[in-house]
Amino acid sequence: MGNWDWQVFCKNTIDGEVIASCFGSGGDITYLDWMMSAWGWTISVALLSLAVALVFGSLMGILRTTPNRGLVFLGNAWTELFRNIPLLVQIMLWYHVVPALVPPLRDVPSFLLVVAALGLFTSARISEQVRAGIQSLPRGQRMAALAVGFTLPQTYRYVLLPMAFRIIIPPLTSESMNIVKNSSVAFAVSISELTLFALQAQEETSRGIEIYLGVTALYFVSAFAINRVLHFIEERVRVPGLIAAGGK
Amino acid sequence: MKAMSIIAAAVMAASVIALPALAQDAGTLKKIKDSGAVTMGVRESSGGLSFTVGDGKFAGFHVELCQHVLADIQKQLGMARLDVKYQPVTSQNRIPLMQNGTIDIECGSTTNNTARQKDVAFAVTTFVEEVRIATKANSGITSISQLNGRNVATTTGTTSVQLLRKHERATGVDFKEVFGKDHADSFLLLESGRADAFVMDAQILAGLIAKSKTPGDYKIVGEVLNVEPINIMMRKDDPAFKKAVDDSLIKLMKSGEIAKIYDKWFMQPIPPANVRIGLPASDATRAAWANPNDKPAEDYAKK
Repeated sequence: MGNWDWQVFCKNTIDGEVIASCFGSGGDITYLDWMMSAWGWTISVALLSLAVALVFGSLMGILRTTPNRGLVFLGNAWTELFRNIPLLVQIMLWYHVVPALVPPLRDVPSFLLVVAALGLFTSARISEQVRAGIQSLPRGQRMAALAVGFTLPQTYRYVLLPMAFRIIIPPLTSESMNIVKNSSVAFAVSISELTLFALQAQEETSRGIEIYLGVTALYFVSAFAINRVLHFIEERVRVPGLIAAGGK
Repeated sequence: MKAMSIIAAAVMAASVIALPALAQDAGTLKKIKDSGAVTMGVRESSGGLSFTVGDGKFAGFHVELCQHVLADIQKQLGMARLDVKYQPVTSQNRIPLMQNGTIDIECGSTTNNTARQKDVAFAVTTFVEEVRIATKANSGITSISQLNGRNVATTTGTTSVQLLRKHERATGVDFKEVFGKDHADSFLLLESGRADAFVMDAQILAGLIAKSKTPGDYKIVGEVLNVEPINIMMRKDDPAFKKAVDDSLIKLMKSGEIAKIYDKWFMQPIPPANVRIGLPASDATRAAWANPNDKPAEDYAKK
């Protein structure tokens, strides 16, 4: 197994001939071209799911800290529903079971279904982090805001959330990196992302180790790029002394 | 004292690690004779060729052929007892496990092609797989040319994906491919109407249809899209072992015994569900039995 064959990426996916430039032209596609397109799918699934997850996760996390029991119940039910079912099972539910119950959903592209499934699954985890962030603030903060005449939405917008979100940036970073890695389950519903590429290309080329190393590198680069972006945001929005004060 | 015992332990460990490598160098026959055991690589679920019946037991057409072969080898080596171990393998790990000596003979559903012949050796062809189309009986589809613009299911990690791509390129038809993560999943795509057709090896399609809720609703239609020899696999550069395996298989072919074994696994009800696959031996399979050879898939494509 010690003999590497990195030229495998330059092979034409139709006839297996090596193309000198490594990129196909005139309709020819090399494994490298295919891997780049697969990377694009992985990133699209991950970023769109992250957007869905942040919107629903923040909303549900906030609901869970409101004084209204009905809203708290809704937020809790949402979180428990989506975090107690394994991700792959949720994807299969969205793909096979939900369209059987709601026929119009059958025409929805599997890409959108997978974004919904991965986004909602992650929203449960983000909801938990947002709730923890808000609850880590001293209770006096909320009371003081209400006492000076802020409405409840204003209290959240101007007092609680600016601090809570700064506190939870580190776990949010992990979660955002997880979503890149979790996007690999999309292969199960026929999205030609990196994992599907790896499974298929290693079968066609018999060079599984090279293919998997290539795919591993791209996953690493994508997740690490998200890590750096969020680290940059964390530095930029830091307010000196704020978090230390919040922790008291 | 302590240093001595560490060195002794290291030497012993090294010799244990080196042993399989030595046996391998001397050939699989010697390894079998010395160890009194042989490890057969088998598949969990490869249609009637090789599958598990639960409880760590394996059966199927290729498994039974290998049992015949190993019995002959036991006789040839004059061994009173031969311990046959079964090791489940997957399409990803079967070649590395063969090369590192974990398995000695693989009796699954490995396509014999020139790329793999660089890494492993194949026995004479015992089964020729035909890639075909399964569809719902009432779909009206009878040929691949009717699949233009339709959803066509196939399974990720199989050569059928590449086959469809080549076909699209050559003929300009445009399939909308949907990939199941395994064969059962691909069949579900056909069953639920997400796909109009499922392109796969005929014996896998026949098996899935036989096991489905309503076997009458599906049929295998259209032209043979590809032919691939499926062979029993061995380590490369071990002519004595290959000859022993080939001789044993050729004996089964000449006596007509192989047709009876085929009939048992593909035409009769088989465990664990007692369902009949119902796939008669194809002309290509019969031709391989009549003229034993180990030609790779590329030679079949030329015809």
